[in-house]
Amino acid sequence: MIISSRFSSWLIAVLVVTTALAAGAKDFSPAIVYDFGGKFDRSFNQSASEGAARFTTETGTAVREFEITNAAQREQAMQQMARRGATIIVAIGFTQASAVEKVAKQFPNVMFTIVDAVVDLPNVQSVNFREQESSFLCGMAAALASKTGKVGFIGGMDIPLIRKFALGYVEGAKFVNPSAEVFQNMTGSTPAAWGDPTKGAELAKSQFGRGADVVFHAAGATGIGVMQAAKDSGRLSIGCDSNQDYLHPGSVLTSAVKRVDVATYKAFLDAKNGTWKPGQIVLGLAEQGVDYSYDEFNRAVLTPEMKQKIDAAKADIISGKLKVSEYKVQ
Amino acid sequence: MSTPKQLPRWADLILLPLVGLAAALLLSCGVIALLGESPWQAMRLMVDGAFGSQESIGYSLFYATNFIFTGLAVAVAFHAGLFNIGGEGQAYIGGLGAGLVCLWLGHWPFWAVLPLAVMGAAGFGAAWAFLPGLLQAKRGSHIVITTIMFNFIASALMTYLLVNVLIKPGQQSPETREFGSNSWMPFAHEILARVGLDFTATPLNLAFVLALGAAGLVWVFIWHTRWGYALRVVGQSPEAAVYAGISPSRITIMAMLLSGALAGGLGLNELMGSQHRILIDFPGGAGFVGIAVALMGRNHPVGIVFSAILFGALYQGGSQLTFDMPRVNRDMVVVIQGLVILSCGALENMFRQPLTALLGRRRKSGEGRS
Amino acid sequence: MVEKITVLPPALELRSISKRFGAVQANRAVSFQVAAGSVHGLIGENGAGKSTVMNIVYGFHRADDGEILVNGRPVKISSTQDAIAAGIGMVHQHFMLVENFTVIENVMLGVEGGPLLAEGIAKAREALAKLGKDYGLDVPLDAIVGSLPVGLQQRVEIMKALHRGAQILILDEPTAVLTPQEADQLFRLLGRLREQGKTVLLVTHKLREIMAITDRVTVMRQGSVVAEVETKDTSPRELAEKMVGRSVLLQVQKGPARPGAELLTVSNLEVRDAQGVMRVKRVGFKLHGGEIVGIAGVAGNGQSELLEALAGMRAPVGGEIRFGGRDLVAEKIDPRGRRELGLAHVPEDRLRVGVVTSFSAQENLILGYQDHENFNRGLLMNNQAILEDCARKMAAYDVRPPQPGLRIAAFSGGNQQKLVVAREVDRAPTVLLVGQPTRGVDIGAIEFIHQRLIGLRDAGKAVLVVSVELDEILGLADRILVMAGGEIVGELSRAEATEEKIGLLMAGVREEKT
Repeated sequence: MIISSRFSSWLIAVLVVTTALAAGAKDFSPAIVYDFGGKFDRSFNQSASEGAARFTTETGTAVREFEITNAAQREQAMQQMARRGATIIVAIGFTQASAVEKVAKQFPNVMFTIVDAVVDLPNVQSVNFREQESSFLCGMAAALASKTGKVGFIGGMDIPLIRKFALGYVEGAKFVNPSAEVFQNMTGSTPAAWGDPTKGAELAKSQFGRGADVVFHAAGATGIGVMQAAKDSGRLSIGCDSNQDYLHPGSVLTSAVKRVDVATYKAFLDAKNGTWKPGQIVLGLAEQGVDYSYDEFNRAVLTPEMKQKIDAAKADIISGKLKVSEYKVQ
Repeated sequence: MSTPKQLPRWADLILLPLVGLAAALLLSCGVIALLGESPWQAMRLMVDGAFGSQESIGYSLFYATNFIFTGLAVAVAFHAGLFNIGGEGQAYIGGLGAGLVCLWLGHWPFWAVLPLAVMGAAGFGAAWAFLPGLLQAKRGSHIVITTIMFNFIASALMTYLLVNVLIKPGQQSPETREFGSNSWMPFAHEILARVGLDFTATPLNLAFVLALGAAGLVWVFIWHTRWGYALRVVGQSPEAAVYAGISPSRITIMAMLLSGALAGGLGLNELMGSQHRILIDFPGGAGFVGIAVALMGRNHPVGIVFSAILFGALYQGGSQLTFDMPRVNRDMVVVIQGLVILSCGALENMFRQPLTALLGRRRKSGEGRS
Repeated sequence: MVEKITVLPPALELRSISKRFGAVQANRAVSFQVAAGSVHGLIGENGAGKSTVMNIVYGFHRADDGEILVNGRPVKISSTQDAIAAGIGMVHQHFMLVENFTVIENVMLGVEGGPLLAEGIAKAREALAKLGKDYGLDVPLDAIVGSLPVGLQQRVEIMKALHRGAQILILDEPTAVLTPQEADQLFRLLGRLREQGKTVLLVTHKLREIMAITDRVTVMRQGSVVAEVETKDTSPRELAEKMVGRSVLLQVQKGPARPGAELLTVSNLEVRDAQGVMRVKRVGFKLHGGEIVGIAGVAGNGQSELLEALAGMRAPVGGEIRFGGRDLVAEKIDPRGRRELGLAHVPEDRLRVGVVTSFSAQENLILGYQDHENFNRGLLMNNQAILEDCARKMAAYDVRPPQPGLRIAAFSGGNQQKLVVAREVDRAPTVLLVGQPTRGVDIGAIEFIHQRLIGLRDAGKAVLVVSVELDEILGLADRILVMAGGEIVGELSRAEATEEKIGLLMAGVREEKT
């Protein structure tokens, strides 16, 4: 939103007044707050920013964006956006939950959508994904493709969300091969663990050294190194969050796709069209919020027999016949 | 061959940092112009964003509170000749100490929780600085290396605790439950409301006053007690300290304990004052900013308070800038902060000489006239 | 000694050189000529401006005003390269040598002559052999510099300057690190240089050297030249008066010693330095009340470590120090504890150990006594008492300027030392340890400090003086111990001690060892 700055303060005043007087005013003003990683983290936040960009290109409405550098800024940014007339604020990442809870109470007329967390308020929409379902399918793919019966998992930071990925993956692998061995490593304990491809490659190589021949990453940009190492060692890797099959065709077995971009886009679009609803939204395989990827890049490695078995399981999960456990904190 | 050129004290303490700041802002204007935005507008937005309203002042001072604590931590160690880079980790663990007290005794009355929380923050922060201090004193392990290492260990420990032990059950985010509301630091707007003053709600809280108090205590300690004297002797000349019967290793440990305790104060502001829970990575780099703050504040508490406010303002004004100028993103704000650090610290001598020459000439001509 | 050829222009001429550092006028219209083929002395107290002149000539500083002429032609010297190009070489007081390089590598440093070393080394070897022959510079070219004795290291410096084509050689306090015998050898070398037509500018504060070797001498005081005389027409007393600006006592005035009770006993003391090298080897001696004992020796023969061990700054590895009925070694009494027992210490390295240069005078006057009840009031320091104490001592010890708040670095060396002596002597210690009491101290203050030490002796206390200045030892001490190679190699009463005897002891044992 590039407004001539001379008029900006005037405009803001008007916006504040209009939103205060008439909730859900005509001026539709979407906003998004990214977390520490920033909108170019090649992972989660970036996926969200792609959704926002898509919304802007399709509707011509600019989205106000903010990347935080300090915990206190989450709240501050949302407050400012609300005060400056934001109609809907999308908060990316579970770390924003407490800030959303607080600001949503202060601005009951503003719509809030939070991704990856639950905030139970009448003006908050909580979007969560059943990552375990796509991880389960990827675990199956890994076990099916593995010749050694040993597969690997590399997470970014050791947080509940990543454990959720890991648990689904392990279950999927054991579902195919009950005696499958799954090596698990976390990259680190600081946010730097999301952006350390070198370390990712090292961890992957060490897992290969222990006999693994397929490795799944849920580690943001660190995963780039994991996938490169797999290609260099002639092993297979599994991508995460977005479809990463194209990175190393023939070496990437599949990707656990999580459509944060769709969630973001849809939140904005619904809000614009007046169909936005508060409450919890859980997106799994059934809702196409998560999936495994299958395209021209991985057709060579993901054989029809594998695909058949995976699709069968997918159908069972959707129908509820097959239950995948969800990682619960304590 | 050092020549006995010296700036007058006022120029050294006030003029030189201001010249550095001006140079940094000028450079920043250049970069902003390159980005295609109006530098004048950007500077106005920043100043306005930092001091233009009660809200912005509140946020600026809130951030400044963190920087006062970490800046003092760096300064105390520096007076003992130690470069404590571990403020980040000490603040992180210090926050844990304050947080545990608040989680535990959050239902107690505030006046009872406060001293315990202060002790928790200071005690945990000091404990985290103790080992690097001990290793430096007894084994000669370089404090810069060990404190950096301890930052990582702190981070790993906190992640472990928050993910596995302290996490509030049934949620994704690795953070604790909210502290009992009795243990919250009173906000500035609450305190001011009580005396009939209206102030916008901001995270600014009582911890700011505690930070100022800490600055005062540091001043008294460093310049008006025998322990502070011993600490300065060690920092200036370890040989002279040995000569005077002061044990440099004991002072090293003492200085690190104090430094860590001060860094721990950040937890009082950030957790007890604003977040009301322990969360991942709450120091947010303030431990490192503290180095720049101390450097710019000439390791003097008064200077530190002012430079902390400046950095708080840069922080707050900078975030306003990214808010209103989409082409200036948060990395640009880091660039501006970096330029300030560079020109007020590293490039200081670049300005020192011309300034000395300029002032010297003025003085000389003044003498000629008299 | 030789008739000067007056038609030659002076090798070096300074015309009206002025230099100001901030508020300090370091040089004020300094002019003098150095005749070609002569040894010229430049003498003055610390802070008289000698070093500034030297640094201007060698291109470290640029003069605010005035000009420099070499062989009658004006030259512009704005860097050391310019100075070397003009044929000026310098031997610094602290050698500028790479210790773990060989002699030849050090000499050719900076003039390697091409990217490949072998050729340069060969050429340099040839040139140095010739230099060695011409001047009697007997230096092993392939020895590692760090392994050579100090006297030889100094020759390497001279060789380096000559190798770069120096016609004018400036020597800065060259004898500070030498034994009397080594100093004599240096003077002989300078004599040979003079015979070969080189010009030498000798910068020093030692009158003895000026009288021994120079042809002419320029005296500086407070930034200006106050006299320029033929050496043969002057006397040490006259030079000293010109340096200080008033009549001075070159001889320490004191009555006979009346040694009393034994106050401090050292036996079998062994001390290692930080590198683990044994520096003090089974040293034993006694100090009695009412006497001044001097320890003579070339710098670096264990005196510093001995002093540090006595003061409690360095833990000995063996032996006993008995004082006030206690064994300071076994009881591990720290410097503060020793001070409380009455053992005070004026350290040799004033600027690094004796004071904290960035502190004010008043802060420095409580160094070591910072915990004393007089200076504290509860938790806080009693700044008023500290200030008054400092002002009182400044008056009693004639410290100028008498400003307790002034940073110690702003005082002259003599006044700094007076402050340190005031701090340590004022409490009337039973035993006072003094290292290099007058290093970097002007003549006026030397007199004053010596009087104070003698005053302490006459009050029945014991004083141990460690000094590398033989004159000082001979002037002050009632009994002289000579240290060499970490051992006490001789003890002489003042009556039997002569410079020659001490010099032989200082050097003899060392040669025996190597």
